[in-house]
Amino acid sequence: MIAIVDYGVGNLFSLRSSLAALGYEAENVKDPEKLKFASHIILPGVGAFGDAAKKLEESGMKESLISEAGAGKPVLGICLGMQLLLEKSFEFGVHDGLGLIKGEIRPIEEDIPKGFKIPHIGWNELKFIDHPLFKDIRQGENVYFVHSFHAKNCPSVIAVTDYGAELCAAVGKDNVMGCQFHPEKSGLVGLKILNSFCRLGG
Amino acid sequence: MLKKRIIPCLDVRNGKVTKGVNFLGNKDIADPVELASFYSDCGADELVFYDITASAEGRGIFTDVLKKAAETVFIPLTVGGGVKTLDDFDRVLKCGADKVSVNSGAVADKTLIRRAAERYGSQCVVVSADVKRENGGYTVTCRGGRDSTGLDAREWIRYCVSEGAGEVVLNSMDADGVKGGFDIEMLKYVCEGISVPVIASGGAGKPEDFVELFKTLPWVDAGLAASVFHYKDIAIPELKALLDENGIPVRL
Repeated sequence: MIAIVDYGVGNLFSLRSSLAALGYEAENVKDPEKLKFASHIILPGVGAFGDAAKKLEESGMKESLISEAGAGKPVLGICLGMQLLLEKSFEFGVHDGLGLIKGEIRPIEEDIPKGFKIPHIGWNELKFIDHPLFKDIRQGENVYFVHSFHAKNCPSVIAVTDYGAELCAAVGKDNVMGCQFHPEKSGLVGLKILNSFCRLGG
Repeated sequence: MLKKRIIPCLDVRNGKVTKGVNFLGNKDIADPVELASFYSDCGADELVFYDITASAEGRGIFTDVLKKAAETVFIPLTVGGGVKTLDDFDRVLKCGADKVSVNSGAVADKTLIRRAAERYGSQCVVVSADVKRENGGYTVTCRGGRDSTGLDAREWIRYCVSEGAGEVVLNSMDADGVKGGFDIEMLKYVCEGISVPVIASGGAGKPEDFVELFKTLPWVDAGLAASVFHYKDIAIPELKALLDENGIPVRL
């Protein structure tokens, strides 16, 4: 079973539908204890980092996620879910993340030239290094982004995209990985990435 | 490089897609789920579902259609039409919408955009405005162009962005359904310098109209149209090929 972490943040419907279209059984999981029974864990999320981090902590999901990731289970964060994998974020204050991947979340405004709109919304090209997530896609294919913050000082960047400056598009360290873009909204390319994740370890 | 987006809009009434000329004389033409799937396969970058039913029963049919679309189409979906409260946001977001577009609901309740942006994030809140030339300026209209709100479109859009709207859809009531090209003059006056993505709507009649739009106003992020796509006056793969030939970045 693939667990979609349900902590009251984000549109889980599309993610579940995309996994169903790929033929995987996914379950929205609210009880942190239940993550034990999952083969793969997906951490989605939209909205503000601080609020989401608090919800993960209060629900006991934080502890459970850290323990399952530590045990070697494949974990995929999507969008805000990816950002939460890192150590901290500077979105409206300073907030601690899960710390599964080194690095921090900073406003893209600090890096992109003037005149580029924020949020970075739309389809942009993926430039990636060799990684199992991207084994079925070609360099330069487009995926769908919606974000105003991105990962910095992160040694585990596995893909970038160009928005006037190079922005982090994906991170990965051993069994823990994350996409800043939305694979569940990136057409066939996105479905291939999700499929590659779901086949990890199997 | 970020791509310019091509967005078909599906007006849905009683579970069917409709599109009228100048918003009058709507005629049922297709099953929205089938059409959504067709557009996604053709390379549409995003879809807008617009609920034009008013009854509670119609709302139910609409959310069923939306759910089915979100189960079969894996590109971003924006939903609009009759969104007046945070409950309306909730209802469509739970059925697979990624973004919610507010129009007259934001005019009636000036706090709606801020409250929605605080709860769901700015990326989720799209302000859509039907703009009409009036007394030498541009005003925002409601009810499909029938009622003028008296609001100056340029000021209104800036207010909405300052309140947290993450994207702007500008629909020209003068150009809508006429197929004479996008309303470049209005778009330039109302939206130039806006800090969030701008989607131009109303007036597209042929592929060259999109080329003109993105060449003349390079800060416009997307072009939206309905009937020209529904009636196959414009095929999306050919449109994108033409944009590409003209040096406009698109997802091929």
